[in-house]
Amino acid sequence: MRPSWDFGLGPGRLEALWNESAEVRGESPGQLAWKHVKASRAMRACLLLLALVGLTSLFAPLLPLPSPMALALETEPRPPRLFGSGQAWSAADYWELNPLDEKLLALRAKLFGEWQTPAWMGTDAKGRDMLARIVWGSRTSILVALAATLCSLLVGVSYGATAGYFGGRVDNWMMRVVDVLYSIPFIFLVIFLISVLNEYRSELSRLGVGPMTVFYVVIGLVYWLTMARVVRGQVLALRESEFIQAARAQGASFARILGVHLIPNTLSVVIVYLTLTVPSVMLFEAFLSFLGLGVAPPKVSWGLLAAESIEAINPIHTFWWLVVWPAAAMGSTLLALNVLGDGLRDALDPRHGKSNR
Amino acid sequence: MSTPLLEVRDLAKHFPSRGGQADVQAVDGVSFDLRAGESLGLVGESGCGKSTLARTILGLEAPSRGTVHFDGQSLGELSRKSWKAIRRRMQVVFQDPFASLDPRQSVLSILTEPLVIHGLFKPRERRLRALALLDAVGLGAQHLHRFPHEFSGGQRQRIGIARALALEPELLVCDEPLSALDVSIQAQIVNLFVELRQRFGLAYLFIAHDLAVVRKLCDRVAVMYLGRIVEIAESEDLYAEPGHPYTRALFSAIPVPDPRAPRPRAAGLRGEVADPRERPTGCAFHPRCPRAEEVPEARCRREGPALLPRRMNANGPARTMACHLAPAGQAER
Repeated sequence: MRPSWDFGLGPGRLEALWNESAEVRGESPGQLAWKHVKASRAMRACLLLLALVGLTSLFAPLLPLPSPMALALETEPRPPRLFGSGQAWSAADYWELNPLDEKLLALRAKLFGEWQTPAWMGTDAKGRDMLARIVWGSRTSILVALAATLCSLLVGVSYGATAGYFGGRVDNWMMRVVDVLYSIPFIFLVIFLISVLNEYRSELSRLGVGPMTVFYVVIGLVYWLTMARVVRGQVLALRESEFIQAARAQGASFARILGVHLIPNTLSVVIVYLTLTVPSVMLFEAFLSFLGLGVAPPKVSWGLLAAESIEAINPIHTFWWLVVWPAAAMGSTLLALNVLGDGLRDALDPRHGKSNR
Repeated sequence: MSTPLLEVRDLAKHFPSRGGQADVQAVDGVSFDLRAGESLGLVGESGCGKSTLARTILGLEAPSRGTVHFDGQSLGELSRKSWKAIRRRMQVVFQDPFASLDPRQSVLSILTEPLVIHGLFKPRERRLRALALLDAVGLGAQHLHRFPHEFSGGQRQRIGIARALALEPELLVCDEPLSALDVSIQAQIVNLFVELRQRFGLAYLFIAHDLAVVRKLCDRVAVMYLGRIVEIAESEDLYAEPGHPYTRALFSAIPVPDPRAPRPRAAGLRGEVADPRERPTGCAFHPRCPRAEEVPEARCRREGPALLPRRMNANGPARTMACHLAPAGQAER
């Protein structure tokens, strides 16, 4: 390298500048965003709620809940009650769990013995505890939402950004693929994929792929399409902007332009779209489970609970607890996600940060 | 004579247009040299291909024809790695200071990004360098952590200039860096360009609308019309007496800051700039040229004049220009 310009500044002046700059506090966009989130009471509350939902669903086997599938011979749902419990708890009353959940369950047996919470949220028509079903059901719903979100983010964003950045023929081909996939009715595609893959269930399980994994993958495969389109449109508009040209003139690599300049600048749209994806994916899971293609009883999900609860609304006798609790769980989670998403969109944009310097 | 820093030969950039129309010939056969440390102005009406020429030289557009040599290396034949090395020596300042900075980057990361891309220095040194750059363009350490939206247009343009300087280029391509700024700010930025050139021995390829600015900044001036250079001369000579009829027309549009000075009539320019899709035959300027009739046998319409050293008339200036009015070859001594 040629001798560096010292910009006419002696070492003394540079030192002075350095000291001066040390006193200037700066924040990265990430820190600014965190400050923004912390400053808003609504966003703190939403974050707390989501953390709570996430933790209870993750550690569901550890909680002293009744088994979500323990049946009682009853003729109709029993309303919530504060005291008294039904039949005794038994570690055998569960479907096949993965090793980690088995360990958590064993730990629960050690911690709480056979004690279990009373039916605080009532029981359903088969005498199963609603609270336990909601907590266990959250696991499926959250996993489905995560699968769709991750696919949207990883596949959709990078696919769309690549197509948009290269433009021309590359863009044409890449987006035609998306169009073709789009033109196949979404529901048929999923039903088709799941039923075909179910045919090979034994082969797949030999490879260690369970039916639920197939379900998550299929949902993920379908949900990246819209994201790819949305991001591609944004990138197409950004691509010609001068700051991208400047980065190219500096010799920035494609990966750098994509990762440092293009994708962060599409973030607001991506976040808005994600907050729309999560509820729709949860409802879609309910629909598929209702058709018998998703979660199979005795396993539960929020969607399944909501679907069951519809039967509970009838003019003769309304078992309100079958409707209210699942709806409240799903509703509050989705609301929190939406508020947080909306807030994050602003928080992640430095232009919205209050300048207090 | 040593190799010029930048050697552009017959450079052309054509854009395909939709619907079966002829291609847009944004740049069509431009040749010029730029010596190290020299400042070349590029003037012409909007749409004459100045910006496309700059972008093609910078490698942001692939040329349709012709070559660009930077310090003797042909840019068209470079490997990716050598291109990157060239990019360090050739940087750009854009027109719109509101679009040329990433709104999500702080000034610090804007100024250190070129260094990161080229793997230069350690983080502490990069920060120091960013501070020095800010100082060089008249901003201070307190601006280091701010974001582009917190700055005015002039300050943003200073940041854009600092970013271009970060890699210690030898050539700075300035694509109308002043036209988006207020007049008072323009003056400051012009002075900054003058000062930077003195301090770092930069060569400029300076594109501008404002002829007064070009006069102050540039050693030589090239006048473009419809994708071609019609005249190129030392700026002193050019401003003293423009040669080509188009240059005359362009220069007659400079306002004279003296109310008593005789008001020169605009040199009779007719019509609009032609559509670059339908380039007039012969000399592209002939439909608008006030003196096209003076050339016998409608030569202007039939035959494009070459850019050669010419003499307008017996005691007129010797110029490199493209005009049939001045017979070629006589100016050579």
